[in-house]
Amino acid sequence: MMLSKKTKYVLLAGLVLGLAVIYVPLVVVLLNSVNSDTTFGWPPSGFTLEWWGRAAQNEGVLRALVTSLEAGLAATAIALVLGMMAAFALQRYRFFGKDSVSLLIILPIALPGIVTGIALNNAFRTILGVDLGLFTAIVAHATFCIVVVFNNVVARLRRMGGNLEEASMDLGADGITTFRLVTFPMLRSALLAGGLLAFALSFDEIIVTTFTLGAGMQTLPIWILDNLFRPNQAPVVNVVAAVLIVVSTVPVYLAQRLSGDTASGGRL
Amino acid sequence: MSIAASVSGFLYRKPRLRLGMLLSAPLLWLGLAYLGALAALFVTAFWHTDTFTGQVVTEWSLDNFATLFRDEVYRTITVRTLGIAVAVTVIDAVIAFPMAFYMAKFASPRAQRVLVIAVMTPLWASYLVKAYSWRVMLSGNGLVGWLFGATPGYGLAATVITLSYLWLPYMILPIYAGLDRLPNSLVEASGDLGGRPWRTFRSVVLPLTFPAIVAGSIFTFSLTLGDYITVKIVGGANQMLGNVVYDNIGAANNLPFAATVATVPVVIMLVYLAAVRRTGALDNL
Repeated sequence: MMLSKKTKYVLLAGLVLGLAVIYVPLVVVLLNSVNSDTTFGWPPSGFTLEWWGRAAQNEGVLRALVTSLEAGLAATAIALVLGMMAAFALQRYRFFGKDSVSLLIILPIALPGIVTGIALNNAFRTILGVDLGLFTAIVAHATFCIVVVFNNVVARLRRMGGNLEEASMDLGADGITTFRLVTFPMLRSALLAGGLLAFALSFDEIIVTTFTLGAGMQTLPIWILDNLFRPNQAPVVNVVAAVLIVVSTVPVYLAQRLSGDTASGGRL
Repeated sequence: MSIAASVSGFLYRKPRLRLGMLLSAPLLWLGLAYLGALAALFVTAFWHTDTFTGQVVTEWSLDNFATLFRDEVYRTITVRTLGIAVAVTVIDAVIAFPMAFYMAKFASPRAQRVLVIAVMTPLWASYLVKAYSWRVMLSGNGLVGWLFGATPGYGLAATVITLSYLWLPYMILPIYAGLDRLPNSLVEASGDLGGRPWRTFRSVVLPLTFPAIVAGSIFTFSLTLGDYITVKIVGGANQMLGNVVYDNIGAANNLPFAATVATVPVVIMLVYLAAVRRTGALDNL
């Protein structure tokens, strides 16, 4: 590059500053969860683990955690199956309407969450006559999680080509054996990465969940939203927020290490 | 020949059948359930609720749309939402460009991978937690006030700051990908021909990465248009389109009107997508 040293350092400063701003709010939440001062002004006044203990005994939080886990695991399982099927269909075949199908897969996440949320809410309640509950939230989460599994598997399929599978068939293996012994092992880490991302997405989702989870039920983000404006709950809110940061960024970090190919496109 | 082998042999000879089986479940789920739900929502926008019973009346009318256009409140909120979306997009583009430029053009391949992960990972940290953390930081005795001696407090400025923060990675990543594809030789050629850095930026780099910036703006725009939680947390008394939708489906129990208002961000997004199609931005997503 022919750019001057000065330009380079200015840009570097911009990058460092930008990254600092990206991380400061997360650090503030983590620090506040062990801040002994209940008003959480800055700077923190002392260290305590009391809020963590209190959160661990808070029944509402624990119930919300269980709901979050149930919804996340079930939605991830559905998304893995559907996302993998869609990825094989779109990557290995040419057919009429292919572009529309790939648009359809990203639509649930490309449209504003509130649109997806009320569309599903309306469909469940007024069209299908299903009462909102954990099941409806799982269906909604699976709908927008399909795309992350799909993207991971498509990227892997594109990279691996079809040679090894053809070789396997030439050597006399049938389709099922080839899938079991050749295709699936090569896809495994992509599926794991996609599954981790889908779980993280489901674990964090709030808008669609608000409209599709039954009354009286809470996931962790919904618990936070419900308790955000109650001053006496602030310490526990801080702990739950800190847990959410850790629980959702660790799988994403792992997923990116697992599959070099998810690094390009945000949530899509 | 075992059953499994004969089944797989049969399927191997019928690629269309295999395709059909692969597509059936995802298409049933997304095509029927999800598209069906969207279509139903759009239809609901033309109905209304009975003021006494609160039940949805399935009579076709354009009343909801008339209210939406005639009522000053909704016009103000639409304009405010659009203004916030534009401000967030511009701020994000200005902050993201230098960051992406350094990542793509100066960082070593190893550092690039680390930096992409560093930008991506917080993207997935809970939206709500990040918005909440800005509420803490912007509060009277929070970090911002402590650092700068003043805080914008809760209001439009806080909303723009928080949303810009939330969507920043969505802008960095497409611009980074676009700059990564921009050949260094073009920048060098401009330098050889006597172009100063600013001129090179304006005449070479910017035009070639414009589609990537537009790709990023699709996210910042769409996500802002649908938001209602951030403005509830840090926006003071201000409302956005999402709040109108939310309040109508919850407190007012007027699903048809909520559906009508929800068409506004969708229409704005469709117009925006149609407008930017020619820039090639959609291939940069």
